[in-house]
Order: sequence, then structure tokens, then C-alpha cells
Amino acid sequence: MHLFNFAEEVAVVEERINPLIPHPVEIVVGTIAFILLFLVLKSKVVPMFEKAYAERTAAIQGGMEKAEKAQLEAARALASYNEQLSSARDESSRLREEARVQGAAIMEELRAKAQEEAARITAAAHASIEAERQQAITSLRNEVGALAVDLASKIVGEALDDQARQSRIVERFIEDLETSSDNRR
Amino acid sequence: MHLKLSGEEGFTPPGVSDFELPPIFHNIEWLTKPVLLVALSVVLISIFFVAASRKALVVPGKLQFSGELIYDFVRNGLAKDILGPEFMRFVPYLFTLFTFVLVNNVFSIVPLLQFSAMSHVGFPYALAILTYLVYHFVGIKKQGLGHYLKGIAFMPGVPKAIYVLLTPIEIATFFIVRPFTLGLRLFANMFAGHLLLLVFILGGEHLMQGVIGLKLVSPFAFTMGIALTFFEFMVQCLQAYIFTLLTALYIAGSLADEH
Repeated sequence: MHLFNFAEEVAVVEERINPLIPHPVEIVVGTIAFILLFLVLKSKVVPMFEKAYAERTAAIQGGMEKAEKAQLEAARALASYNEQLSSARDESSRLREEARVQGAAIMEELRAKAQEEAARITAAAHASIEAERQQAITSLRNEVGALAVDLASKIVGEALDDQARQSRIVERFIEDLETSSDNRR
Repeated sequence: MHLKLSGEEGFTPPGVSDFELPPIFHNIEWLTKPVLLVALSVVLISIFFVAASRKALVVPGKLQFSGELIYDFVRNGLAKDILGPEFMRFVPYLFTLFTFVLVNNVFSIVPLLQFSAMSHVGFPYALAILTYLVYHFVGIKKQGLGHYLKGIAFMPGVPKAIYVLLTPIEIATFFIVRPFTLGLRLFANMFAGHLLLLVFILGGEHLMQGVIGLKLVSPFAFTMGIALTFFEFMVQCLQAYIFTLLTALYIAGSLADEH
């Protein structure tokens, strides 16, 4: 009896609130709430997110293009640097060669000049020695002439008797010569 | 009444009556907890996404990133794959649907709220009716009324004899079965989930008041309740996804000339 009552009671409750029967209010409220949310999201949120997307896509594409350009630029710069480097290398070796040749030429020239100078100096020395020799010869000649005359006059002035006298005269003459040269000194 | 019925010491298992919540104010009949929860969900979703998308930065902050994560999930994960080149027209609808259902579902395990409006069949029905209107409207607009109905009733590329069988099934599917299954699936999952949690948690509570032996068992009931809460979270996300997915599929069917 108790059990029967229970079942009956439950049946009554179940009949009153069937969970599958919607409250009309809830359908209305649900629809309105959904439409409100839809309007907010459609007008405010979706356009902004799409804007961010578009900007991001543009930024990424732009970035990629920029990177590509930069890469191209870099490659071009590298090529030009390499070219410049190789040309510089050529240039430097050319310059070195030139300098070597020039250096050799300069050395050759200097050597020739030095030799010429040496020859010139030697010739000048020779010439001056010759001149001095000539001068010495001339003065010697004059002096020897004068001496000879002097000596001859002395010899002629005294009698040339004997050997002793002759030698005395010669010695005296030489002494005179020495003293005169001493005096002159 | 229930208590008396099952005796002073007996346990009243949670049932349908637990879903019948009284109005918050006596004089306002319609203002019930589920209605408030739905309103709250609209406010919360609006605030969150408006705040997240307000700046629309190329490099998103944390807030914008999390908003975009959900938006992206619906837009690219669902709409774009299913609807093809025209998908952008339906993104706002699908996005609203997904967030609305998801948040209201998850309310079921949010402390203090702990109730899902979707466990009241009126709300899932409202959404199902909207989807029903949308996909029929899209089909009629795209293909013309006659062509659209003919496409449903007489699926092309089928032997004529089969139409005897196929035509009633197709008509029933498109006009009766779909909105009901769509609404009921969501409702039943949320309803059952809430009931399940009630059973374990109220049961655990009741066991605490029993004899010593029963007291020892009650922690297991609570543990089970917690485990099921996590399980319910999964179900809630999944149901939101399924509802949106099916809507997208129905719209895609209406868009296609031949389905």
C-alpha cells in the first residue's frame, strides 16, 4: 500500500513537471539573450578580430617581402664586395709589381749616378794632382834654375883648387839652403 | 512532501523536481535562476570579448590572445573547414552560438552558480529553433524555395524506387528530427550531468549523517562527485562544440546544391 502510494505520488509529480516541456518564457528569454549577444559580437567583436587578422596577415606578408628584399640586397652587396675585393687584390699585386720594377729602375739609376760621380771625383782628383805636379815642376824648375845660377856664380867666384874646397862650397851651399829653408819655415 | 513520503530517515534521490527553481521574487514569475544565468552569460561574454578585441593589435596581449584563441577555434576550426568560401557570413552566428552554449554549460560547475540554463529544455530549444530557421532560410535564399525543397525530398542520384523510402525520411529529418535532436541532445547532457553531480554530492552528504559505516563510505561519494565534475566539464565543452558543429553542417548542407 505504501509502495503504491509512493508510485502514485511520483507519477503526479512527474506529470506536473515534465522536463521535456519547455517554459515559453525560457524560449523567449533564450532567443532574446542570444540575439543580443549575437548583435554585440557581430558588431563589436568579429570586425575587430578580423581587422587584427588582416593587419597581421599584411604585417607578415610585408615582413616577408621586406626580408626577401633585404636578402637580395645582402646578396648583391656580397657580390659587389667580392668583386671589389678581387679587383683590389689585382690592383695591389699590379702595384706591387710596378713598385718592384720602379725600385729596380731607381736602384739602377742610383748606381749609375754613383759610378758617374765616382768617376767624376776620380777625374777631378787626377786633374788636381796633375796640376799640382805641374806647379811643383814649374816652381822646382825655377828654383833649380836659380840655385844652379847661384851655385855656378859661387863656384865661379872662388877658385876651384881642390876637392876639399869644392866639397866645402857644396856643403856650405847646402847648409845655406837648409838655413834659408829653416828661416822660411 | 517528498520527505514524508519516503519516511523520516530516508534519502530523497535528486530528481526532476530539483530542476524546478522558484522565482527569485515572488511577484515576478518569469525571473528565475536560469533566466538570470542566461543574462549573466550574455553580459560576461560581451564584456570579455569586447575587452579582448577592443585594441585589435597585430601582436596580441594575453587577453586578446585568449579571446582570439576561442574565436579562431570557431572561425578556422569549424566554419572555414565546413562552410567553404562563404564561411565568413556565418562566423558571427556560429561564434555566438559556441560561446553562449559553452558559458551556460560551464555555469553548471561554477561554484555558487552551479546550474546550467541548458538543463532547462526551453533554452536549447530556443537555439535549435534559431538554427532551424537559419539553415532553412539560407537554403531557400541560395537555391530558391522549389529547388531547395525538391533537393530535400528527392535526393538526386538515387534510383526512383528508393524515393518511396527515402523521401519521408528526408523530409522528417530536415523538418522535424533535426531541431529536436539538436535541442534535446544538449538539454539531456546538461540535465543528466547536473543530476549525476547531485546524486553523488547530496548522497555523500546524506551518508555523512548515517551510521558509522556509512560515514566511511561518504568520502568516496564526494571523490566521485569531484571526478565527475571534471568529466562534466569535458562534456560541457564537447556539447558546445557539437551544437556548433552540427549547425555548421546543416548550413553547409543548405549551401550545397546537392547534398
